[in-house]
This record gives sequence, C-alpha cells and structure tokens, in this order.
Amino acid sequence: MSGLRPVAFPWRLERSLVPSPAMSVLVPVCSVVLALLAGAVFLAFTGRDPWFLYGEMFSGVFGTRYGLFETVVKAIPLMIAGLGVGLAFRMRLWNIGGEGQLYMGACAATWVALTFPDQPAWFLLPGMFAAAAVGGGVWGLLPAIPRAYLGVNEIITTLMLNYVAILWVDYLVYGPWRDPAGFNFPLTARFSPEAILPTLGDSRIHAGLLVGLTLALILYVVLYRTRWGYEIRVVGDSPGAARYAGINIGRNILLVMLASGVICGLAGMVEVSGLAHRLQPGFSPGYGYTAIIIAWLARLNPLTVILVAFLFGGLQVGGYIVQTNGVPATMVAMLQGLVLFFVLAGEVLLKYRFRRVRDPRAEVKKRDR
Amino acid sequence: MCRLSKRAVFLITLLLAATFIIVGCGGGDAVTEHKSEENVKVGFVYIGSPGDAGWTYAHDQGRLYLEANLPYVVTETVENVSDADAEWVLTQLAERGNHVIFATSFGFMDPVINVAEKYPNVIFMHCSGYRTADNATNYFGRIYQPRYLSGIVAGMTTESNLIGYVAAYPIPEVIRGINAFTLGVRSVNPEAKVRVVWTHTWYDPAKEKDAAEALLDAGADVIAQHQDTPGPQQAAQEKGVYSIGYNSDMSTMAPQAVLTSVVWNWGPYYVRTVEAVRNGTWDNAPYWGSMADGIVDLAPFGPMVSDEIKEKVAREKERLLSGEWDVFYGPIYDQNGELKVAEGEALTDAEMLEMSWFVQGVEGTIPN
Repeated sequence: MSGLRPVAFPWRLERSLVPSPAMSVLVPVCSVVLALLAGAVFLAFTGRDPWFLYGEMFSGVFGTRYGLFETVVKAIPLMIAGLGVGLAFRMRLWNIGGEGQLYMGACAATWVALTFPDQPAWFLLPGMFAAAAVGGGVWGLLPAIPRAYLGVNEIITTLMLNYVAILWVDYLVYGPWRDPAGFNFPLTARFSPEAILPTLGDSRIHAGLLVGLTLALILYVVLYRTRWGYEIRVVGDSPGAARYAGINIGRNILLVMLASGVICGLAGMVEVSGLAHRLQPGFSPGYGYTAIIIAWLARLNPLTVILVAFLFGGLQVGGYIVQTNGVPATMVAMLQGLVLFFVLAGEVLLKYRFRRVRDPRAEVKKRDR
Repeated sequence: MCRLSKRAVFLITLLLAATFIIVGCGGGDAVTEHKSEENVKVGFVYIGSPGDAGWTYAHDQGRLYLEANLPYVVTETVENVSDADAEWVLTQLAERGNHVIFATSFGFMDPVINVAEKYPNVIFMHCSGYRTADNATNYFGRIYQPRYLSGIVAGMTTESNLIGYVAAYPIPEVIRGINAFTLGVRSVNPEAKVRVVWTHTWYDPAKEKDAAEALLDAGADVIAQHQDTPGPQQAAQEKGVYSIGYNSDMSTMAPQAVLTSVVWNWGPYYVRTVEAVRNGTWDNAPYWGSMADGIVDLAPFGPMVSDEIKEKVAREKERLLSGEWDVFYGPIYDQNGELKVAEGEALTDAEMLEMSWFVQGVEGTIPN
C-alpha cells in the first residue's frame, strides 16, 4: 500500500451484513423503475413514444386475459427449473446443468408416453412424472459423483452434460422416435390425450402450475424447517464449519444434486406434456439457463422464486407486445437486458452500503495499520 | 410508527422523483393508429430477424411487396420468435384483429393449428409444414428446381471436382435440396462430388462459416448452402473461391464469390393469398409453388459466370418452366448405386416431401 497515495474520497463502500426488510423490497422496485426510465430515454432517442409503449406493455400483460394467462404459462417451467437449480446453489453447488436435466426429464417422460399410448391417464401421468424424475435425477447425479469423490468442478461437467442431453434428444427425434406420419420431420408422434396434463378451462395454463407451487412450498419447509435443510444451508454458508460439525458433505452433494436434477426434470415433463404435447428440438428456449438468474434474483428463497418467475414471464410476454407495436426484437432484448442489469446491480448495492467518513486520510491510515 | 432507514427514505424519494418525471414527460402524442373498416390486417411471425439477410429477410421482402401492392393492407411483424413462444405470439396477433397470419417457420406448425381452432375467423398460413385445418393451411415452394440449376453452375465451375454443401438439419426439405443440387452438378460433371456438413443450426453465422471453412480446407472450390445466413458466402470470398447463395440474392454480401443465388420470391404469393381472403375465394388447399409460378427463382449471375454456363442454365430452365420435365425424373441412383427411380418414372410429391436418402454423388450421411 506504501507507494499508492489514497484518494481523498469522503465515502466508503463497505459490506452491510443484514439489509433491512424495507430495503430488500425497495431496491428491486427502484431498479425496475430506473431500468424503465433508462429504456425510455433510449426509446425516445429512436423516435418512439416510450410511455405509449409502456402503457401497451402493461395493459397487454396485466390488462388482457390471454396476456395474463400467458405470463403464467411462461412462468411455469422457469419456476420449477429455478427451484431446482436454486436448491443446488443453496449448498454452493453450481448446477449450470438445469437445461440438460430438463431435456432428460422431458425425454424420459416422452418415452413413457410413446411406449404406453393406450394406457389411461391415472397410469400415464404419474408414470411420466416418475420417469422425468429419474431422467433429470440421473443427469444431476452424474456430475455429482466425481464432484463428491474427486472434487471435479461441477460447473464444467453440468454445463457439458447440457449439450449431451440436447444432442441425445436430437438423435431420438431425428431417428428412432421420429413420427412415422410426420414426413420425416424431427418430431415425435403427438401424445395421446391421456398423456396430456389437464388445463385450466380452455386456457394454456396447465397443471404444471400446481406442481411448481407445491414444490416451492415443500422446498421452503425442507430448507427452513428440517434438519436436512439446515445441513444444506450450513454447508452452503460455511463448508469448514459444516465439516467440523460432522455433516457428511459428500453425501449431501449427491443428495442435493439428485434432488436438483429431479426438479429440473419435472420442468421438462410439464413442458412437453402440458404445452408441446410431443417432443421436438428446441422445445425449451433455454429455460434451464434463465432459471439460474431467477434463482439468484429470488435470493435462493423458494417462495420468492415463484414471484420472480412470474416477473420473468411478464417480461417475455411484454417483449412480444412491444414488438407488435413496431419495436424490433433486438431493441426489446436490450430493454429486457436493461431491466436485468439494473436489478442485478441493485442486488449488489443491497449487499453494500456507502458510509460517509469525516477524514478520509485518517480512515485509510487506520485501515492500513 | 413505521421506521425506515435513511437509505430507504432516500430510495422512496428517488422513486417518487422518477414517478414525477414519468408523469411530467408523459402525455406525448400516443401513436394510436386509426384503421378503417376496409383495411385487411396481416400479421407475420418470424423465427429470425429481417436483418439475417436470409430466410426471414426474404419473407420480409414479401411483406413489403404485399404492403406496396395492396394499399388496403396493414401489416404487423413479430421477429425472433422461438417455437415455444409461437402459440402465444399467434394468439396475440389474432387478438389484435389480424385477418391473415403468416407463420414462417416449420416449428410453428402445431401452434398454428392450435390457435386456428380458437380463432375460426382468422386465416392462418404456415410455411413449410404439412398440417391443415378449416382456416389454416401450409405453403412452400419447389426450391429444389432452382437448386438444380445452381448445381449446373457449380458443376461447370468447379476445378477440384469437390463441392461443399453447408446444411442445417437432416430434414426432407434440406435433403431434397442437396439431391436436386447434386443432380444438377452431375448432369454436367459426372466426376464431381458434393460433400455435406450438417451444422444443426439455422441461424449461427459463425458456425456456418466454420463449416464452410472446413469444407474449403478439404479442397472444395465451390460452396453451396442451406442456412438462414450468408456465413458460408463470406468464408468462400475470404478463401478466394466461389459459392452459391440461398434465400435472397447474396451477391451484395460477397460480390466476388457469389456465382448466383437460389432465391425465394414470396411477395406475389402473399398478394394472391390476401386478395383471395378478401374476395372470399381462399381455400385451405396446401400450396407447393413451382418456378413457373415465380415463387422460387435463380438470382442474376455474378460477373465471373461464363456465357457457356448461362446458356446451359437457360436451356434447362426452359425445360423446367415448360412443365414437361422435373428434377426428380428417372433414372436416379442413390448413394450406394442402387436404382431408386427408373427411367420414365418420377418421384411423386409425397415421395419428395418425405425424402430421406441421398442421390449418387453426395458424400455425407443422414442420421437416423
């Protein structure tokens, strides 16, 4: 430190330990508002009326039945996958493989639907859920084993397994599972009506919503009310302390990655059974990746994940509404990016605080000592 | 009393200030479009962006042609729509009062049929699929015809007798194009081979360029492609060799490399469709337009193309336009040298639509 002369700046940035509840709500709200303001300046520069566009966006998302419903539809896979990866993050396991686990879940569920097309719903739907849990679970467990026993970095392995899963689904739909009546296009046959999740009236909202909400509740109880949840949180907060307390870290790595994969697999199952009604390439436009952002924005709290997933659903639906008003897709993506950028920046600010110091030089000396 | 920290107070103030700014700046003249009853509203759903210079660009050119030729038409577009979002976007366009909706990607097929069921008064047009409903049908063009002609150009140009083909996905549409192209190549140069590389992407300029470079390194001196972007053209230009463009005239992207391009010309068809809907003469018969219809064509030749090639192509084009001959007329042999289409026979439309084998002269495999 000796050669550098500290700048006399009367503010210090320091970590704040516990943000007040008011701040944890206010900061994200302010961030969104500021992002919209920044977006407004940007839109105004391109000769568009930002307030008209924002009005259209809000009335489109919240003011129409189909806009509101679609927000829910979009939120379902994001919510479930967000819960899945969030659980792993809680233990500082960087499961970037949500997308692959989602694909494997969808793939396993499709296998059940295609293999037993004549079975009734009471057999098919639970069977598909179970298969999806196995498919996603295995895909979560695979990188967990080398992580637990050899310390192999799970960021790389989970990420790489995404490509394997996506290409595996490609192989199936281009090959053995191709719909014989589909002119050789890469699609499986459509599921029988018995293999399709029930929907709310004639809307597209399907029973996957209940799956997501139930999972959030279960995870919340597990994390904050059970011994296992306590272990997960302790390992996440301080692996050293956890080891000292006699918590079996290796076993927890396996269990948590398994559970994380199972949940992401279910997201894939509800997506093919509730929406696509068949397996086809590109059925997930990266839900497993968006889920990572959702989990963090929700501060890994399962109940908050629900809220954030709805916000993301609204953001996507709103984006398309703005597009029909003549804003190009790239500009919409920039607006969505702005919102994310501001919210994430707000999260960082929440963890720190500016403190005014009377005598900066004295402060620096004190710190150097 | 509610206790708030200093920072909370600061943020609330900021929020209020922001609200005032919003209110203050608001009230600008909102762009409310008043459309008369006689307007026909036409929606377009794109998988990519018109800036791709390829597939979506060609459709957007068709949309502009439609607007320019039918003064009563008002169009709306939604671009970069993923398959998973298509159903909602189609619903939104139907809710916004569009009378005709063009969905221009194969993956939008199921969503089109689902939404068509809920909006029986809207006409849905799906490009490149096969499902229909009372108010929905599919349309496409026999792009294999100009592909055959472009194969003649490539076959007469190549010196290494190795032609590279950057292909998106092993689906019948792409396989048909490769076969037609190869038949064209071999009709003038039986020694030449067409080597295929699958990219498994429609829109990834860097990857498509890489694939073209790999083919160039292997000795190819002409690059053909079936992608949504001009990435392969740029690779060919950098290497100083030739290429065949696709979707739109790509000579602007790589003027020294593009011999010609295989192009879509959607505009006249879009005009005919919207006119038919307006006149009440629309029906849900699928449309697979030919070169004679003008929906597919060959773009103007580059300056490097010799008169000899131009004359040969003109003669073959004449034969195609006359309708007395088509590309998949026998004899045609498959990769293993087995006779697939006998002399005097031809593939039916159904056989062409589900084509999943390569003709003789193609180097590559179809995953199955």
